[in-house]
Amino acid sequence: MTADTKPLTYRVDLAAPLDLRGYESQEGYTALRKALKDMQPAEVTHLVKEANLRGRGGAGFPTGVKWSLVPMGEGAPRQKYVICNADEMEPGTFKDRLLMEGAPHQLIEAVILSGYAIQASRGYIFLRGEYVLAAERLERALTEARSAGYLGANMLGSPWSFELYVHSGAGRYIPGEETALINSLEGRRSRPRAKPPFPQNVGLWGKPTVVNNVETLCNVPHIVLRGAPWFHGLSQGKSKESGTKLYGVSGRVKRPGLWELPFGVTAREILEEHAGGMQEGLELKCWLPGGASTDFLMPEHLDLAMDFDTIAKAGSRMGTGLLTVVDNSRGIVSVVRNLEEFFARESCGWCTPCRDGLPWSVKLLDALEHGQGRPGDIETLEQLCRFLGPGRTFCAHAPGAVEPLQSAIKYFRHEFEAGIAQQPIVVPRAVGARNALQHGA
Amino acid sequence: MITETAKATTASSTALEAYILHVEDSASIEEEMRHYDDPRAASIGALKIVQRRHGWVPDAAIPAIGRLLGIPAAEIEGIATFYSLIFRRPVGRYVIKVCDSVACFLTGYAELRDELCKQLGIGLGQTTADGRFTLLPICCLGACDRGPALMVNDDTHFTVSPQDIARLLERYP
Repeated sequence: MTADTKPLTYRVDLAAPLDLRGYESQEGYTALRKALKDMQPAEVTHLVKEANLRGRGGAGFPTGVKWSLVPMGEGAPRQKYVICNADEMEPGTFKDRLLMEGAPHQLIEAVILSGYAIQASRGYIFLRGEYVLAAERLERALTEARSAGYLGANMLGSPWSFELYVHSGAGRYIPGEETALINSLEGRRSRPRAKPPFPQNVGLWGKPTVVNNVETLCNVPHIVLRGAPWFHGLSQGKSKESGTKLYGVSGRVKRPGLWELPFGVTAREILEEHAGGMQEGLELKCWLPGGASTDFLMPEHLDLAMDFDTIAKAGSRMGTGLLTVVDNSRGIVSVVRNLEEFFARESCGWCTPCRDGLPWSVKLLDALEHGQGRPGDIETLEQLCRFLGPGRTFCAHAPGAVEPLQSAIKYFRHEFEAGIAQQPIVVPRAVGARNALQHGA
Repeated sequence: MITETAKATTASSTALEAYILHVEDSASIEEEMRHYDDPRAASIGALKIVQRRHGWVPDAAIPAIGRLLGIPAAEIEGIATFYSLIFRRPVGRYVIKVCDSVACFLTGYAELRDELCKQLGIGLGQTTADGRFTLLPICCLGACDRGPALMVNDDTHFTVSPQDIARLLERYP
């Protein structure tokens, strides 16, 4: 394994991650030294833009473009912040854990570089509370980096000063959303904020703030060191995207796991070559391409390249790029019920469609799963998919939640129909007299 | 079997007594406050520090934390009740958090949960009568390739099968 094929993971060691000296002996902090010595902050941003680095947290927004929206120069606020989103909690996603537990210094160098690019005064790694080992290892690495002069006032003799902290959270899925994350970091209930204004202008404590995912940031030192054309070449022409991607598979396959591969390999290669295919006696029923909030795809989609545009054209999203495969022993209604229970529980409750619509969908799915559905339930679910869709809530929680639901109905409508009770259900009048009338019971 | 109600009563009676933050806890919270431009940002950290001492956050600690951070107790309570890893009721010595998200659901969550409930004699959200274990569901633990997964306090256990439960519980006396 070398930096030329697997830049993100060639230094990853889960059993004993590299300490400062070990990391420095393998090119560690050379990108930071190079940037501070030879590059203007705007040059770093320009280089990241040129490299075509896109966010690996699920949305795929171009990282360099995000940075270039931050006010710079004399008139810019003195306080600016970078936040690393390490709140990995998208069900089916387990990639940032590896990068933090296996190569903590790589992430720290990357966050400092992003801070330099926007001339931030301070940075935070927003880490989910359950990642205890990652917290320990990052804290230890931060102490080492601080004592070596990679943090603090006038770093490495430059005029720039920067401090970086680990902020460990206390649960819930919603802090993964960038504005909800900012509220959570400020010590508030984690609900999303309206956009605009965007965090790049009005973020943490009202100051310009950039939020980037762990995997996204870890690419930055390599881009600074080796340049944009090298980064383009990493995808080996498999996609118009650049770089490598951490792809993974979970579910009942032979070898579940995580692999750093050229961006844009096919889902089939990931599932069959790397994960070894389905376990004996099982067949692939459908798959989520990148987390719970992505639309299901079918076995016939396996030959698609796992990149943003190709998966979007097939009607889903690449999301985090970690596949969750559903085998043929599972009823789709029960899988979707599990997914919607998750989203219902994790809604922050700020927007009515999300707070009320998601539990409603769970109730209907639960009835369908147990053969207690009523005529019209599937249509109600479809209506919920529209009412919870993009543009009706502050953040992407509800639109994400309905993606697996709408696609499950699209591909497996017969399984939903099978859940509708053959005999009319008599509703006890005390709890639902009006409903009973409407259903003609 | 279940101690929830009994302990909740204890909780409200402590609310009447004055709570003084342990000197080490105030020091840790003050250290935490230095990481931020606004002390409010240390509120989650402060709740976690107090919880480390008691296993949960007693009612009376809420205004004490508010005073130290300079924000109203009601806001501290709002934060404490929002986040799932802050406990506002007494919990067992060991809190078992069992992942119920989709990857673990597909690899055996239901069987694991049923076995845990059976051996502990409690349901999700409950505490054993001897105050040893609390059982809670939790979101995806980022261990999808090694599911089903669960945490016991700060320890994460991977690929746990129902047959492993008895031995696992013995490790937490």
